[in-house]
Amino acid sequence: MSQLSCPECVADIELEADTELNEIIVCPDCGVDLEVISLEPPAVELAPMEEEDWGE
Amino acid sequence: MPKQPRIGVLYSRVRVEEKWIFAALEQRNVDYDRLDDRKIHFDLSNPEPWLKYDAILERSISYARGLYSLRTLNSWGVPTVNTAAVSEACGDKIATSTALAKAKVPQPNTRIAFTPQSALEAIETLGYPAVLKPVVGSWGRLLAKINDRDAAEAILEHKAVLGSYQHSIFYIQEFIEKPGRDIRVFVVGDQAITAIYRKSPHWITNTARGGIGEICPLTSELETLCGEAARAVGGGVLAVDVIEHPERGYLINEINHTLEFSTAQPTSGVDIAGIIADYVIEVAKGRSTD
Repeated sequence: MSQLSCPECVADIELEADTELNEIIVCPDCGVDLEVISLEPPAVELAPMEEEDWGE
Repeated sequence: MPKQPRIGVLYSRVRVEEKWIFAALEQRNVDYDRLDDRKIHFDLSNPEPWLKYDAILERSISYARGLYSLRTLNSWGVPTVNTAAVSEACGDKIATSTALAKAKVPQPNTRIAFTPQSALEAIETLGYPAVLKPVVGSWGRLLAKINDRDAAEAILEHKAVLGSYQHSIFYIQEFIEKPGRDIRVFVVGDQAITAIYRKSPHWITNTARGGIGEICPLTSELETLCGEAARAVGGGVLAVDVIEHPERGYLINEINHTLEFSTAQPTSGVDIAGIIADYVIEVAKGRSTD
């Protein structure tokens, strides 16, 4: 696991070993969506906000 | 030795569905690239970088990014799952409804209007409650159940004044009293592969809005109807949403072309990601043996 902090609330975040690049994770403290933007070194940023044409 | 097909997966986010699809491709030893739709660009005078792909699976979370990518790729002859035509037929509710109507596939009574006044007339011919939906949209977003004329006037005015021009294309349907659920049937190629109920006490039953998935028996009636619905929009990898009308039986509510299955795969036990991967590989093999 890798140790990071949430850019919104600075809570400690752990990346699981099978985490993928561009995966969305949720901050366990503040609940914000975070995107994994790098695995080596591990880094996250706030995930893009939902847009009007998003969906399936 | 036959050429190994090369596949691209176009995505916006790596959701659990993309993780499962990547894993399925890797289990099948397929050569594939991950294509982030925020980072790509297309040079219309130079298709060369894209012609190496024997098939591209479109998993964009954005309808517009996916559609225009597919349109560009298809114009160059790159096979895609799904095609631009299917994406357009599914992503635009008017295109879906007109395709279903042309194929005589049962669906809710639907009206289309272009001004608040004509939309109000259309709603009153349907009767209350009626449902107003954005022409492009998903996850149950911006759906409005209109219970009376006061609500209709207010919502139509708000949409006309506050929305983009697309919100003045009024797509209106009869409200159907569902039995607390709808049905999602997954169709790949010509074959319905599994189905789930999406249960919710709310009239919007999307799992994105809290609907709970439960296994639904895939009857021959559902298989036949959803096969017809899928063919009406061009076929491919699709999720067909079905409403149970108390008198008229099954009605096709919508068809999704970049289906989510994070609920359906564990609920049904069917390896949807693996079936999608196999379908894309077959499409790619068709190209690579041309």
